[in-house]
Amino acid sequence: MNLIKKFKAPLLLVLVYLALAIWWPEISGRSTKVAFDYLREMVLIIPPVFVLMGLLEVWVPKEKIKKLIGAGSGLKGFFFSFLMGTLPTGPLYIAFPMAGTLLQKGAKVSNVVVFLGAWAAIKIPQLLVETEFLGLPFTALRFALTLTAVFVIGLILEKIIKPEDMPQLQD
Amino acid sequence: MTTLIVIYSLLAVCLAWSLLKSRQKTKQSFKVAAKALWKMAPGLLAIVGVVGLILGVLPPETITKLVGEEAGFLATAIAAVLGAVTLIPALISFPLAASLLRSGATVTTIAAFITTLVMVGFVTAPMEIKALGRKFTLLRNGLSFVAALIIAGLMGVILG
Repeated sequence: MNLIKKFKAPLLLVLVYLALAIWWPEISGRSTKVAFDYLREMVLIIPPVFVLMGLLEVWVPKEKIKKLIGAGSGLKGFFFSFLMGTLPTGPLYIAFPMAGTLLQKGAKVSNVVVFLGAWAAIKIPQLLVETEFLGLPFTALRFALTLTAVFVIGLILEKIIKPEDMPQLQD
Repeated sequence: MTTLIVIYSLLAVCLAWSLLKSRQKTKQSFKVAAKALWKMAPGLLAIVGVVGLILGVLPPETITKLVGEEAGFLATAIAAVLGAVTLIPALISFPLAASLLRSGATVTTIAAFITTLVMVGFVTAPMEIKALGRKFTLLRNGLSFVAALIIAGLMGVILG
């Protein structure tokens, strides 16, 4: 029963897919294909990423993270968060639990925003594809503007978010 | 493919190092990983389902029709919203954006689409809330959406 409650959202979606298959087979065909493509990607990417997170949690002491990207880490912390984000390490949804772990270990809110922003918007392999299809001026300009935006949003969130707003810092 | 190679190589190196240092701590890492994965599993599966539904209803051809043929503010607004609610892998979104440009969309519209696509995550918001809190998620996504519109406007002025 608890299991059904925990997985109620995915189960509900399975029902939606079944309904689609009966009444709108065209949409259902496309949706099922996309869903399976995504599922395959997740099955390959998620287990290693979570094990890496586990290793980070067990091995890297809080003081080290604090020193690297915590309060008082300054510009160095910003660049380090940015670099961590640009590594080719998969879709954004796996960055959230990672960002949570970093916060728990004492990272600064602004650096976590920069990490997430870089992860989502400024991945190196992604930039290569973007240059190929949309040209260098477009890519370079978007890169510069996005980096600025992420930096500013990080500073704003740093001011507004209090420790009690974070689920990680509750316990 | 590059992503997979990087992740698995990184994992192999870290795991080898960890095993050499301490079997006990390596085992503990796996336990932490399994616990986190179990916690995140419903959210991850839901993302798969919702993304499939959205792209099933809105295949690339439909998106092209919605924002490609019409210029102006409305097209940019639609593009920004589409970018925020869909979750399209970069490898598909850039060719899609290029084809939108060819079919008559403006640079502003394309920039709005790409920027909200990567910075704003409607589908992934529940997961983000679980990991980072409601306030963080709403502020990050809200500000990113506004920033995306500004970025799009600037890019239109500079490149257009």
